Amino acid sequence: MSEGWCCGRSLALFALVILLPIGIARGFQSDELLQDNEEFGLEGGLPAAGPEPPTNPVRSPIRRRPDLDPPSGSADSKSVQFSLEHNLGASEFSPAGTFTARLKSWSHGGQTLTKLRFSRNALTEEEKRAFERLLKEDGHYTIRVPSNVLNPSGEDYVISSVRARCIPRESLDEHFVIHTDGVNIIAVNYGSAGACRYPRLLRYPAKWSFTSYTVLKNSEQAPRTPTFAEELLAGEDGLGEGVKPPEKSFWAKYFLLASS
Amino acid sequence: MSSSHLRPRTAMAIRARLGFVIVLSLFFSATLSTALYEDQVGLADWHHKYIGKVKHAVFHTQKTGRKRVVVSTEENVVASLDLRTGFIFWRNVLGKNDHIDQVDIALGKYVVTLSSGGSILRAWNLPDGQMIWESTLPVSTPSKSSLYVLANMNVGKDNLILVFGGSSIHALSSMDGQIVWRKELSIDSLEIQQIFQPHDSDIINVVGFVGSSEFVVYQISYRTGEVMQQSKASFESGFCGEASLVFDNLVVALDASKSSLVSISFKNEVINFHQINLSDLVPDFSGKVTLLPLKFNGMLAIEIASSILLLRVKGANELEFVEKISHPFAVSDALPLSKVQQAFAILQHDESKIHFKVKSDNDLRNEILKETIQMDSQRGNIEKVFINNYIRTDRTHGFRFLVVMEDHSLLLIQQGEIVWSREDGLASIVDSTTSELPVEKEGVSVAEVEHNLFEWLKGHLLKLKGTLMLASPDEVAAIQAIRLKSSEKNKMTRDHNGFRKLIIVLTRAGKVLALHTGDGRVVWSVLLPALRRSETCGNPFALRVYQWQVPHHHAMHENPSVLVVGRCGHGFDAPGIFSIVDSYTGKVQNSFILEHSVSHIMPLPLTDSTEQRLHLIIDAKLQAHLYPKNSDSLKHFFNEMPNIYWYSVEVEKNKIKGYSLESKAELDTAEEYVFQAKELWSIIFPSESEKIAVTATRKMNEIVHTQAKVVADQDVMYKYISKNILFVATVSPKAAGEIGSATPEEALLYAYLIDTVSGRILHRVCHQGAQGPVHAVVSENWVVYHYFNLRAHRYEMSVIEIYDQSRADNKDVWKLVLGKHNLTAPVSLYSRPDVMVKSQSYFFTHSVKSMAVTATAKGITSKQLLVGTIGDQVLALDKRFLDPRRSVNPTQSEKEEGIIPLTDSLPIVPQSYITHSLQVEDLRSMVTIPAKLESTTLVFSYGVDLFFTRIAPSRTYDSLTEDFSYALLLITIVVLVAAIFVTWALSEKKELKEKWR
Repeated sequence: MSEGWCCGRSLALFALVILLPIGIARGFQSDELLQDNEEFGLEGGLPAAGPEPPTNPVRSPIRRRPDLDPPSGSADSKSVQFSLEHNLGASEFSPAGTFTARLKSWSHGGQTLTKLRFSRNALTEEEKRAFERLLKEDGHYTIRVPSNVLNPSGEDYVISSVRARCIPRESLDEHFVIHTDGVNIIAVNYGSAGACRYPRLLRYPAKWSFTSYTVLKNSEQAPRTPTFAEELLAGEDGLGEGVKPPEKSFWAKYFLLASS
Repeated sequence: MSSSHLRPRTAMAIRARLGFVIVLSLFFSATLSTALYEDQVGLADWHHKYIGKVKHAVFHTQKTGRKRVVVSTEENVVASLDLRTGFIFWRNVLGKNDHIDQVDIALGKYVVTLSSGGSILRAWNLPDGQMIWESTLPVSTPSKSSLYVLANMNVGKDNLILVFGGSSIHALSSMDGQIVWRKELSIDSLEIQQIFQPHDSDIINVVGFVGSSEFVVYQISYRTGEVMQQSKASFESGFCGEASLVFDNLVVALDASKSSLVSISFKNEVINFHQINLSDLVPDFSGKVTLLPLKFNGMLAIEIASSILLLRVKGANELEFVEKISHPFAVSDALPLSKVQQAFAILQHDESKIHFKVKSDNDLRNEILKETIQMDSQRGNIEKVFINNYIRTDRTHGFRFLVVMEDHSLLLIQQGEIVWSREDGLASIVDSTTSELPVEKEGVSVAEVEHNLFEWLKGHLLKLKGTLMLASPDEVAAIQAIRLKSSEKNKMTRDHNGFRKLIIVLTRAGKVLALHTGDGRVVWSVLLPALRRSETCGNPFALRVYQWQVPHHHAMHENPSVLVVGRCGHGFDAPGIFSIVDSYTGKVQNSFILEHSVSHIMPLPLTDSTEQRLHLIIDAKLQAHLYPKNSDSLKHFFNEMPNIYWYSVEVEKNKIKGYSLESKAELDTAEEYVFQAKELWSIIFPSESEKIAVTATRKMNEIVHTQAKVVADQDVMYKYISKNILFVATVSPKAAGEIGSATPEEALLYAYLIDTVSGRILHRVCHQGAQGPVHAVVSENWVVYHYFNLRAHRYEMSVIEIYDQSRADNKDVWKLVLGKHNLTAPVSLYSRPDVMVKSQSYFFTHSVKSMAVTATAKGITSKQLLVGTIGDQVLALDKRFLDPRRSVNPTQSEKEEGIIPLTDSLPIVPQSYITHSLQVEDLRSMVTIPAKLESTTLVFSYGVDLFFTRIAPSRTYDSLTEDFSYALLLITIVVLVAAIFVTWALSEKKELKEKWR
């Protein structure tokens, strides 16, 4: 073993040690700003699935300790429950499942729904027949949730539909994307978990139960080219005129960081 | 709005052309903007100026010199027109909400306008329209305000202008607009009716009503505004608020029930009421009465059930019936002929004739003047008349009439003839569409190619001289004249390039006009009978115009037609109106009132066997009605019915809802063409945090040439091309007001891309510190929107481009070029979308009135954004400046692709104003129409003015320019051939010599 190798290995180790926390930090940062906050919860059909990590991207890097959620329907003031209703071609909507979420209050007054979970009611025989009829007709399967989940008025519902033939695969696979402004539900994008082929062929599922995937989405911030955004900020501070110092190398930066 | 949920992906569109496009795009990148040369102005463009429907007119004919009439219009224009020709001397367009209340002339040199509910008074210089002064009046409650310019007591002295409304009177100096005095007559609910000045006195009389039953008279000092005398009296049956001043001491008012007249005489603080029963005067009187504002001494005009009665007031309780005039009619204000004589005009419509009568107060039984003229029936009835007098050569009084017609046109009539007319309905275009011109029929040579060979040669010689810059100024002028005269662009037949078309416009008056794109002349016009006020439809208004039938199979024999949709009244549940008009002749083919209301109109991409376009009308009860009603259209419709979706935006409720059609179980013959809507999806914006500001969609007829975008290093990005994309911008309610009403922290702007079939939100983004007004335009796979950035204190434009990731693995460019990709497979919008979004924001200097995008026949030519600026000009901005992929230092391959280095703001190149030096006053909309020539787009922009031009966003790469010298080309060829022969002969000779050596 030569010393050079040793040196090289230690250097690599050193670099690894340095890079690891930075890498994690980077990961957090990008999580906060850029990463798509799609996280799939696999529930309903598979009740054994554990609680999902929080879906709100802003929350996750700040508090990542295991959170013991009270079971749905408990008296916890922070827990919010709202029901999903569906329409199988009839004129009336009927309850089909329950969403449970936690309401986080922020110090600045805002509130956000997080940790969305969903449990589907099993299909009754009648519903199954209605669903089969929908499949035959190539009709629309419609669902709705209240727009205001904190105090549902019973008037404003967010509705979404899909052709019933898009849903069956092995089981009935469904995918919810719930767009919120924090608390209020703006829209629900409901559809099959994957592609819906056209022409839609009549096919019955092997298993008459739902496999549900749910995603909670908040709005993104509009991007702005960093250089100009910086210039803008600098311009506001009155420092925009100065010449930028030359870009320092990574090592130089790390050295500065370590020495400070 | 309608849509099929399939996106056909034709391999055809991509094949082999891709390579061609790359080559082309490289070629385009060399030219960014195209501008006109000075001598090209007016060759392809035209600009027409209008003023709108005239509300008030004041003649200015006393002095020698220019005779003019000053008018104010419903489009908030104040203009001075030449009384001899009708041309505009000058005009000023006030702001959108700055409605003109009254106009007058003060001091004989200033035009005074009162606007904005009596709160702004302006003076304009009469000769040139320059603003002299502006004065803002403190008006507590907006009320009906009037202007009273005191008659010239002594010319040269500073006369006062009185503005009164509600209970206050302002007196302003007519020299500089300073408020001389202000009088608030401190009585609650006082409504001043009239102000008048008895002859040669320093006192002005003010009469008005307090509440509904009290009548007051004030005498106010003209100099100081001090109340000299005040008297009031109440009348137990009450007044309705209408009154007419008959004499200096007598007012006739209507009582509260509007069925009898009350004459009020006042003298020296004594007020007397006399009730006059109309049934005494008119034996068969019943119903309600309105007083007409006829400012005529001793005369009264009342309107009873579509006719007017002229009454002469003889004393406080004595009225005399003079004449009854039946509808339609118009009565002018009184015109003083001398100190003691007044005259007024009565116009009466008798089918296609108009009878003019002028009466004076000397002899009400007989007329001073009686004329009859023939009137074009397409102008409708008379709405208003203004009268002016002049001294004839035989020293008698002559009269001229300025007439406003039902179609908003303006005519000057003198000596029984129409001196001039203006088609001012064109200032209020509601909607427009285009129609192709007839095909040139064989045997009928519309185009005389050239007159003779000599002329032809001469013309080309001139052009050649011009090209070689040898032409003298006279010759340049001759070339220009030849160009302008060339009737090529004004022919009434279809041309090879598709530049000649008919623009069919619908105006607010319910008139449809066809304009020729060559010079903007009116080819035909028709005032739609269905959109005229009638007993069945009291308050009709025009909504939209669509192409109804475009014959392709029988283009030689059949004329295309357009569909005009209107509504009977302003409520959403008012019945709709349908009118089908021939596009070539303007003949109304069919017209009827619908049994249902009209809330959405969807032209479907389907036609029946006679090539009539299928239209689906959604009424207020969410029922869909199919037109045309025939079994053939029903058959075509049933095939596509499962694929028809639409959406509605409910701005007040902050909701967007998507619908499809309920399939019918049994067919009821009566309701065969009626379908029920089924709500499929809804999006609800929380009212406390968001408010819908704007929505925008792609044009239904837009053609996209390539679905893929080849980016640097041979990578392919697939555009997410769907006709069903809806862009919605919402702003936080606090920021919904004007700029500056919210702090940057409160102001939020959300941009949404929504698929209107499934209701999916494809993309949602938030701009912090941004607020409206928002303007947006959607095309291909991108949207550009304009808003105000409060943090940067500047306007900003953002672009969002959306790409389809589900096909991202099909990256082989060669496969694409050869058409081996399976792109024809149908795709359902019910699949979970896998999209990628690129966006970027840029600062933009101007605020924007409207935005549009160019459209070409095949979609190959690169796009330009058309921006209607605050200065009423149209700016063409290359889409490449709004590419989200612009970066500070583009790589070599990106540069080759034509990506412009990133700058923080969008450049405004003065040459890229397509309106060059002109202004399209009060610009409301820009319409782009593809020409047949791929490189060219026709642009029609309208507001109060009309402007038309054609632009080539990437220059005319597919045709030679108009001034291309064919003669030069011919001469070159001839010279070359001659040279070949000469050199050939020479070389032969030389060769022979060589051989002899």
